[in-house]
Amino acid sequence: MDALIDVRSLCFRYDDGTVALDGVDFQLYPGETVAIFGANGSGKTTFVLHLNGLLMGGGAITICGNAVNKQNLSRVREKVGVVFQDSEMQLFMPTVLEDVAFGPLNLGLSREEASERALEALKQVGMSGCAARAPYHLSAGEKKRVAVAGILAMRPEILVLDEPTTFLDPPGQRSLIELFESLPQAKILVTHDVECARALAHRAVFFEKGRIRGEGSVEDIVARFNWDRTVIRRPTSSRH
Amino acid sequence: MHIPDGFLSTPVWATLDLAVVPAVGYFARRAQGLEQSKVPLLGVMGAFVFAAQMINFPVGVGTSGHLIGAALLAYTLGPAAASVVLTAILVVQALVFQDGGTLALGANVLNMAVIGLLAGYLPYQIWGGGRWRRPAIFLGAMLSVMVSALLALSELLVSGVAMPATALRVSIGLFMIYGLLEGAITVAVLGALESMNVGFLRVPEASVSHRFKWVGLAAILLATFGALIASAYPDGIQRLTSEIGIGSHGRLRISTPLANYEAAFFQSGWLRKAAAGVAGVVVIYGVCALGGRILGRQRGK
Amino acid sequence: MHHVVLDRWGCGLSPVHRRDPRAKMLAALIFLVALATSHQSYLAVSAVYFALLVTAIFAAGLPPAAVLRRAALVLPFSLVFAAMSVASGDTTRAISLVVKSYLSALVVLVLVSTTPLPQLLGGLERTAVPRFLLLVVQFLYRYLFVISEEAQHMRAAAAAKGGSMGRVISRRRHFGAAAGAVGVLFARSYARAEAIHLAMLARGFAGHFRPLAKSSFRKLDAAFLAGAVAAIVLLRAAIEAWT
Repeated sequence: MDALIDVRSLCFRYDDGTVALDGVDFQLYPGETVAIFGANGSGKTTFVLHLNGLLMGGGAITICGNAVNKQNLSRVREKVGVVFQDSEMQLFMPTVLEDVAFGPLNLGLSREEASERALEALKQVGMSGCAARAPYHLSAGEKKRVAVAGILAMRPEILVLDEPTTFLDPPGQRSLIELFESLPQAKILVTHDVECARALAHRAVFFEKGRIRGEGSVEDIVARFNWDRTVIRRPTSSRH
Repeated sequence: MHIPDGFLSTPVWATLDLAVVPAVGYFARRAQGLEQSKVPLLGVMGAFVFAAQMINFPVGVGTSGHLIGAALLAYTLGPAAASVVLTAILVVQALVFQDGGTLALGANVLNMAVIGLLAGYLPYQIWGGGRWRRPAIFLGAMLSVMVSALLALSELLVSGVAMPATALRVSIGLFMIYGLLEGAITVAVLGALESMNVGFLRVPEASVSHRFKWVGLAAILLATFGALIASAYPDGIQRLTSEIGIGSHGRLRISTPLANYEAAFFQSGWLRKAAAGVAGVVVIYGVCALGGRILGRQRGK
Repeated sequence: MHHVVLDRWGCGLSPVHRRDPRAKMLAALIFLVALATSHQSYLAVSAVYFALLVTAIFAAGLPPAAVLRRAALVLPFSLVFAAMSVASGDTTRAISLVVKSYLSALVVLVLVSTTPLPQLLGGLERTAVPRFLLLVVQFLYRYLFVISEEAQHMRAAAAAKGGSMGRVISRRRHFGAAAGAVGVLFARSYARAEAIHLAMLARGFAGHFRPLAKSSFRKLDAAFLAGAVAAIVLLRAAIEAWT
């Protein structure tokens, strides 16, 4: 089976000289969800920004058979939808409908097709009633759903979810995870939320200093890198 | 100082509304470049100026002031982008916050987002790159506030709004204080930005230097002389305005097309007045639309 | 916060709300011009125009007292200048300043509380106003509250810090702290703008915004405009012919 995403020895260095990615190899296959773990600043976000050409570094990336380069940008951005951590920054248009239709319009669809797709995507995330509302007045959970709809309206084959559960309360997180489970696309999940990864991901990779240090099942990676917030308390001996 | 509607006489607001159209068109085209990618930056920085005004700076004896922001924007975004941001701010203030009039929008934009801004950019343009950078920033920020306030004052006086001589001097003194405060705040904020070391400050643009220099200089001279004359001869100005009839109760004899239009307006019968009013609106719209079309075509190239 | 109230008022479904923004804008503009250019009998004209606006407020189902109070935001400024006019012996001018500035503010307020700002901007799109400027206004409005909230947090944080130190900080340091806060706010706003731009690019933005809504100027809108303009012009003309 051909990989949807095929990354070969990706390197990236910021203008100030910091090495952010240092030879990353990565594949994503149809239908699977891969969790990306790693400390803050380990290169996770830099990595996902490469997947739809928002950053371009050394090495080679192929998305559904298209090399990521300046000529292929629009095709690549159609295939890979990135849901950013902060929905506020992703919902920039005055109404929910206009925001969700933003991507389809950029794909060159007509107004009618674009709003049709937008309404369909809103229905898919359970936000049909909010089309005319202003994004500012939505709750955090609703904003996240609309942001996801904005991506789904472009009908991508791959979803990149950057910390999707932050800013949400536990029931909100749960219903969002259920939503993601219902979506057929292959997914990359960048997160610190191990519970969310356990629920969604088939496997996990671990980033450290711009490299992938480990790969395996979620449990495997969590155990190997001690990537859990559970505090292990030693039994304390009583004084008397 | 945001002039509300009802303060400026018709020739003044109408002329300034017309004058501002090409200026805003020019800056919008310059700031936009070939695509609209700068829209989020300019919009968010406009929101920043609003929000920054909530942060108080102590002035003394229990009072405080706040940033106005024209110079800060010009030094960080460049004069053209700053002008667009300031215009957007004035539009939102007029429509959403009832701060400044709608017919007077042309006057307010010209005072603050065009002439005040250019006057404020001038010192930075000349000395911003060298040893005198901080004084240049201070002076520029001060000028941006003073020039726009003095212009607003002159427009009010020309429109026949009467002010006692003492009140006039007091307001000019107040503008000076606001100017000094804006200078101090701008220097302090830019200092804070520099200590973050991210390179927000722009090196003065060399390519446009001469045109901007002359316009900026003209702006400062205009405002200074306007204010000097106004403060020296407040009664004189009133006499002058009532003689040439710019004041609302007189007849107009200034030879601008719009002034003639208003003169005709006064003498004609009511039906003709109504027709003239509608025609005036149509003419203004036509000129604006044509200007926009021409600018748009140039931009499209 | 101001514009939250406007957002709420703007959501109404009254016949006035449903009119095309261009019809309402043009009517308001003609109102403003007619008011600004009326001189000798402006008081009678203003009284009649006020009645027109009150009718519009009721027709739009807006809370009359709240709207009238909000338009009074302009009064402090007007009253200062009115006082100065009185001081220099021009009482007529003083009254005119207060009446005209208030009525002008009121008509704009009625316009924006029956037409949400994005719709107004959409209505302006086909006029001479540069689209770039309209987009900047749209983004400014969109992020106004977001950034203001951030500023409020920072002000609260600065106050908390000052309190925990348990002493009155000097004016100079207070000034420096405020400048630091504005600087941080600037940097954060800048970063937000970059994040927005990134999110736009990720969704295929190629340099130009494509509008979604196609506005339709219907017969009802034309009728509204004609009626409003007729009322504005004819009422004024009748008063001037009579006096």
